[in-house]
Amino acid sequence: MDIDANCEKFQVENLSVYYDDFRALNNITLPIKCNQITSIIGPSGCGKSTFLRAFNRMNDLIPHVSSEGRIIKDTQDICDIDIVALRKSVGMIFQRPNPFPKSIFENVAFGPKAHGVKAMVELEDIVEKSLRLSALWDEVKDRLDKSALSLSGGQQQRLCIARALAVNPDVLLMDEPASALDPIASLKIEDLMQDLKSQVTIIIVTHNMQQAARASDFTAFFNMDEDRAGYLVEHGETARIFTFPGEKLTENYISGRFG
Amino acid sequence: MSNQTESILAQAKNKRNLKRQNTVQVFGYILVWLCGIIAVAVVFWIIGYVLSQGLGVINLEFLTTKPAGGVSGEGGMSTTIVTTLYLVILTIVIATPLGVGAAIYLVEYAGDASRESKLVAFLVKAARTGVEILAGVPSIIFGLFGFALFVSYLKLGFSLLSASLSGAALILPTIIRTSEEALHTVPRSYREGSLSLGATKWHTVFNVVLPSAIPGIVTGIVLSVGRIIAETAIFWVTLGGSYYLPKTIMNSGRSMALHVYMLASETRAFDKAMGTASILIIIIILLNLSINILSRSLTARMIGNE
Repeated sequence: MDIDANCEKFQVENLSVYYDDFRALNNITLPIKCNQITSIIGPSGCGKSTFLRAFNRMNDLIPHVSSEGRIIKDTQDICDIDIVALRKSVGMIFQRPNPFPKSIFENVAFGPKAHGVKAMVELEDIVEKSLRLSALWDEVKDRLDKSALSLSGGQQQRLCIARALAVNPDVLLMDEPASALDPIASLKIEDLMQDLKSQVTIIIVTHNMQQAARASDFTAFFNMDEDRAGYLVEHGETARIFTFPGEKLTENYISGRFG
Repeated sequence: MSNQTESILAQAKNKRNLKRQNTVQVFGYILVWLCGIIAVAVVFWIIGYVLSQGLGVINLEFLTTKPAGGVSGEGGMSTTIVTTLYLVILTIVIATPLGVGAAIYLVEYAGDASRESKLVAFLVKAARTGVEILAGVPSIIFGLFGFALFVSYLKLGFSLLSASLSGAALILPTIIRTSEEALHTVPRSYREGSLSLGATKWHTVFNVVLPSAIPGIVTGIVLSVGRIIAETAIFWVTLGGSYYLPKTIMNSGRSMALHVYMLASETRAFDKAMGTASILIIIIILLNLSINILSRSLTARMIGNE
């Protein structure tokens, strides 16, 4: 797989996010490499999820949230991209699997249908492709018409990944995707991330140090200052961060001394 | 006093306390149990009395012949059953889209709109308060309103249409409130999941939120059906009371509840009033059972363990 090491999917520039007067994120500047897995780590409440939700502008849904700075996707400011187009190209996986109370098929077909795909043949094709990509096809191919809620937690999460992949995104945002899953299901998700890397850029928020170390190429470590605003301590290649952290704080955190 | 005596005394005191607590427990239990029994007994007594007085006149002929009018209350109740059915269908058809639509606006859209404009915020608040107040207004007030507006002013006369419009106004608060509650119980994660796929808000509301809220909304509608079947005063002043079968929605008619009232107040056929009342009660009971079955099966279908 040929990957341009200098290709940047996102360029976050001086991003600050506010909830009313409370500053949740302070002046973050961070490049996100194409077709790499970037993990965001840091103690609870340091604004990791807020940061992640900035990439597909999910923060816009929360009243009283405002932001400064900008995020460039490829060459465009994400605020200049139509919100529907942006969210179509930047998929999101949530902390708790959130399949719709519909059939497995309908869950995966939901996105394409929302974007106007009507032909059944085409939908079936997309559903199969997406389920294969998320390594769920073999487990569910005989019961596509069964409710998605009948699946196990790990399967539900992979279904959510298939659902996101069905609209052909080039980025996947994952907000602690394995925190509600058992270790085996969690490993499956990590394997899946590696398989998907060639197609999508992945940004993952995680509480699990080993997961970040195992599964990601780049790591960004966030902390919060005295005002409880999150800031970026350092970022770099995962191997470097975990072996030669540049800051004492990072070392303390990854060795489990706080957080 | 030695330590030993003290501890024996303490033990005895503990025992007394325990015994008293037990007595209070048992007494409380009996009291609550009695309350329950009395409540249930009263309901069964009323139902039993009506049925015992009414079942005697019920036979196929009573159910299938038209009322013939007159002070002796000749005839059966066939037209009133059909009229009640017409009335229920027409009222629900009018009230459901309005009520569910209003609830969708209040839950999904009013919040954003209120933040953008003070006037909208005020109107939304007024609407919410209005719904709360309307839910507690006696039905005869809705009847008088319907009589003044639909029957007289709009010249719709005593008709199925006037009655259904007034009935719709009566059940709107119920439908709005139950639908609002149902929409509120839909997890935010469903909405986020849909929006994060690039689906528009409209698409999200109609394809994810609304389907998930259906069991709750259906419960509200079935409750309203019960209300329409049972109400009398409101239809007395809007539906009229003709015992003929309405041919169009502009005709007057007589629902079962109205028939009970008219038989009881204007004829000597008290047994037939009781007979009609029995049918009414049986239908209400069946309706309530159907709510349970319906909402359980809808929920089961959603969760997927049929």
